[in-house]
Amino acid sequence: MIEIKHINKSFEGKQVLYDISAQFYEGKTNLIIGQSGSGKTVLVKSIVGLMRPESGEILYDGRNSMVMKTSQIKALRKEIGMLFQGSALFDSETVLGNVIFPLKMYTRDSYATCKKRAEFCLDRVNLHGVNDLYPSEISGGMQKRVAIARAIALNPKYLFCDEPNSGLDPKTSLVIDELLSDITHEYKMTTIINTHDMNSVLGIGENIIFIRKGHKEWVGTRDEITTCDNVALEDFVFATPLFKEVKHYLVEQGK
Amino acid sequence: MLHNSLKIFGSYAHLMGRTFSRPDRWKEFFKCYIDEIYKLGVNSIPIVIIISLFIGAVIAIQMQLNIVSPLLPKYTVGVATREIILLEFSSTMLALILSGKVGSNIASEIGAMRVTEQIDALEIMGINSANYIILPKIAGMVTFMPVLVIFSMATGILGGYAIAVLTGIISISILTYGIQAFFNEFYIWYALFKSLFFAYIISSIASFYGYTVKGGSLQVGKASTNAVVVSSVMILLVDVIITQIMMG
Repeated sequence: MIEIKHINKSFEGKQVLYDISAQFYEGKTNLIIGQSGSGKTVLVKSIVGLMRPESGEILYDGRNSMVMKTSQIKALRKEIGMLFQGSALFDSETVLGNVIFPLKMYTRDSYATCKKRAEFCLDRVNLHGVNDLYPSEISGGMQKRVAIARAIALNPKYLFCDEPNSGLDPKTSLVIDELLSDITHEYKMTTIINTHDMNSVLGIGENIIFIRKGHKEWVGTRDEITTCDNVALEDFVFATPLFKEVKHYLVEQGK
Repeated sequence: MLHNSLKIFGSYAHLMGRTFSRPDRWKEFFKCYIDEIYKLGVNSIPIVIIISLFIGAVIAIQMQLNIVSPLLPKYTVGVATREIILLEFSSTMLALILSGKVGSNIASEIGAMRVTEQIDALEIMGINSANYIILPKIAGMVTFMPVLVIFSMATGILGGYAIAVLTGIISISILTYGIQAFFNEFYIWYALFKSLFFAYIISSIASFYGYTVKGGSLQVGKASTNAVVVSSVMILLVDVIITQIMMG
């Protein structure tokens, strides 16, 4: 489990996160949602350590990463996998090379063992026959799946995803969502997904945190979201006529 | 202006501090180091040869046409051609040329890695990204730069020689005598020594500008330009300092 307490973050005097506290549970898909510019990415990058908040605590199963020494942070990061918005695959490496990379950096295993593990991870994300291709030679959806395979290569306890569906078509987004949900349950990971994709929210949101203008506005599940009385959240989630109809349907069905 | 310069120098020093640390995996470091020698060094050999050959030829022509004093012996053309190539062209001018070719390559490569979050991905894996990306480039460049300088010296003098053979504006025997006359071996060591500093300047400054890119592709282009401009100025500054210390 990851717990954050009283996180504040600002850039050159402009505050973007205000006293945010939240809990992210193990074996669940924890979603951080909010409009563009609400502070979601800053929050995720602060939790993962790519940005340093001005104050607060970030507890990884009780271990406060804010007071860790460099060696401890390095050890912690071996327990973290991250899926970036643009996949962030290494251009100079093949698909297989990208997935093997963390293994060869952090394990003493032979190349054959690393390759076997990398192939297993690629198989787990349903990617076949692309091992020798470079990232530029595969589709955006495939790139995301390679990035997921790379993120889970070291069996992380914590998985962070920054807008995993951005730039993908709805069908591929669904595949990625299902994949993230499946591996979270399968490997009992604490998964934090930063998204503004409403399909993801209603599809896989087991613990949802709504951020608005740097403040935590609401916490709940995808089932609770249909009956919530937070106007800002309702405006955000059910912004389109289609989603408004979905909400009416869900309310009528008592879901 | 001064505050800004000090801030940039502080960031550069901090980045170099992170760069010059023990690699996470030596095996990976050596693999990257060999790759960089090939990418930055071996791939620069053709341009070094072409430029040195032509500049050597032009220097020989200019010397022949402009040294017309009856007080100077004819072999002065060979001596001057050799000294210009050994002392300044093959180290300093070559470094300026390479700051354009190699420097912009390094800055844009690392800058692209920054804007596509590849550097963040390395950091998340717990890897010291500065050390992993920059150190092999600096080590590769510093190792191979003297080789490029030697190539440049050889082909520059060959260019001058080729002019004598192809045009006959100067006698081959006089040029050959001039090229060999009053040869001081120290000049070669001096040029090679300087080139080590230049290699470091080109690779580290370009890496710095690439690594600290913020924004998108436009900023990558600007970083690449800044890298070339700043490293060129630094090369000239360091050239003055080293020349004064070693030759003054």
